[in-house]
Amino acid sequence: MKFKIKLSPSGWIGLVMLSTFVFAGVFGPWIAPYDVGLTSLDLDHRFEGPSAAHWLGTDSKGADTLSQLLWGARSALELSFIVVAISSTIGLAIGTIAGWFRGIVDEILMRIVDILMAFPGILLNIAIVAVVARPGIGVMIIALCANGWVGYARVARGQVLALRERDYVTAAVALGASNTRVMFKHLIPNLMGPALVQMSFGLGGVIMIEAALSFLGVGPQVDYTWGAMLDQARTFLWKADWVRVYAVVPGLAIMWVVLGANLLGDGLRDRFDPRQRGRS
Amino acid sequence: MPLGYAPGVSIGSFLLRRLGSGLLAIVGVSVLVFAFLHLVPGDPVDHLAGGEATTAQREKIEQCMGLDRSLPMQFVTFLGHIVDGTLGHQCPDPKGKQTVAARIIEVFPHTMWLAIGGMLIAIVLALPLGMLAAIRRGSWVDAFATTASLSMVALPQMMFAPLLVFWFFVTLGWFPGPTETGPLALVLPAMAVGTHLMAMLARMTRSSLVDVLGEDYVRTARAKGLPERDVLFRHALRNALLPVITVAGLQFGSLLSGAIIIENVFARPGLGSTLLEAILERNYPVVQGTVLVIAGIYVAVNILVDLAYGLADPRIRRA
Repeated sequence: MKFKIKLSPSGWIGLVMLSTFVFAGVFGPWIAPYDVGLTSLDLDHRFEGPSAAHWLGTDSKGADTLSQLLWGARSALELSFIVVAISSTIGLAIGTIAGWFRGIVDEILMRIVDILMAFPGILLNIAIVAVVARPGIGVMIIALCANGWVGYARVARGQVLALRERDYVTAAVALGASNTRVMFKHLIPNLMGPALVQMSFGLGGVIMIEAALSFLGVGPQVDYTWGAMLDQARTFLWKADWVRVYAVVPGLAIMWVVLGANLLGDGLRDRFDPRQRGRS
Repeated sequence: MPLGYAPGVSIGSFLLRRLGSGLLAIVGVSVLVFAFLHLVPGDPVDHLAGGEATTAQREKIEQCMGLDRSLPMQFVTFLGHIVDGTLGHQCPDPKGKQTVAARIIEVFPHTMWLAIGGMLIAIVLALPLGMLAAIRRGSWVDAFATTASLSMVALPQMMFAPLLVFWFFVTLGWFPGPTETGPLALVLPAMAVGTHLMAMLARMTRSSLVDVLGEDYVRTARAKGLPERDVLFRHALRNALLPVITVAGLQFGSLLSGAIIIENVFARPGLGSTLLEAILERNYPVVQGTVLVIAGIYVAVNILVDLAYGLADPRIRRA
């Protein structure tokens, strides 16, 4: 399977935007000028504006904003990539199985999908996270994957229902190919395009939900997340002129990543589904 | 596009099927939540009683919540509370506190007004923007509208809502801020909700109208010399709005289940914040009751949207 990447200009912009996020997430903690966590507290320099020492100023405890932002990129990157990887694998498997075997298997799996969709996803995520006193990143991943696979399953099932009517699939079955072989050789490679589109949109979604959970105070207990920064910011928004930088910067970072993911998703959709071209 | 109908299926049997699967989903959600609440570690009595509760007090709470009974019995009790319409009682003192249903009925108007306000703002902004972009396709208006709506979709409400409070309440003092009540206090939260929805609706309006403007009947209308305004409003827009209405309906459904971030920022009561609170303090009856109501609203709105779509589009309304 080979993807010739022919993206629209906006798709490329999205890809570049996402790349900066990946770069910041991978190298951020090394290029961050200061440490985060308890050692970084500096009560003499609270609420400072941008300066040579602190490019984006400091927060209510004197910690460097830029460093928190870069550490936040790390945790956002870890979480979003792991969640997308796990939920897409589960979802594609379930969707492929449902679409290929049809019948009772399909019926049961799709009822489960119905149940998970009869309810706003974020509330389910909160419920799962809230039962653990100090959720680590692992609990967060489980919570986000618990309903994250549904979108992938729907995409995969829809594709498989169309693919199973194709001549080359019929031919493979007629030649005695096993179910596993048909799925791995003929179905899954051919649904990777739409799956990739879904993964791109899914990445933006995970970033947003994770930030929302941290904002509500039920996020992962790691040193810094963008959502937790936003949560902190709103408590001292009106204390000093410069702290508005702190209130805006993590939000813009989230916006940057989500916009990048959506642009890339649009670009990929145009690429894999020409019927959708120009509909964005 | 949630097209529920297949050609040749009557509305009656369609409705029956959808109601059936919807009911199944609601029951499924309830069972799931019930099982989930009772399987996970974390004693609700600890949360409700506090650290210094005596054994007698703890037992009283346990009895009140029915935790001393077996799991199947607890589920039957829960079903009983659905039937009698109370959705359960809040512990530790059921007489001093409202029933779960009363608590939900009390907060629901707040959720509903926020949903209506947000939706109105979204529609008023989205329709002109999407239409302009579609008519002037490829122009700078289109580019601006597309960029604006893409950015608004990506704009986190966790940043936007506090900034709204800061600008319009703290700095300018134009509108009431968090915790206040009254119609004016609805303005800021509705703005926060509305701008987000607006972005998606504007995109939908544009793409749908672009599609319709390429249809044969639009060319025919133009060819027979109709003024462009009539072509747009009488022929194109009516058809283009169908998918927009669908999306708006679904958005309304999810708004009715509680805009949890906005409720949190503005300290507003509502379904979402009630559920969040109940989850955090492990108030099982409230969690179960709210989940049931939210799932019910969700499913009902979905079915209504499908029905409306069918009624509005004669091509789908067969038999």
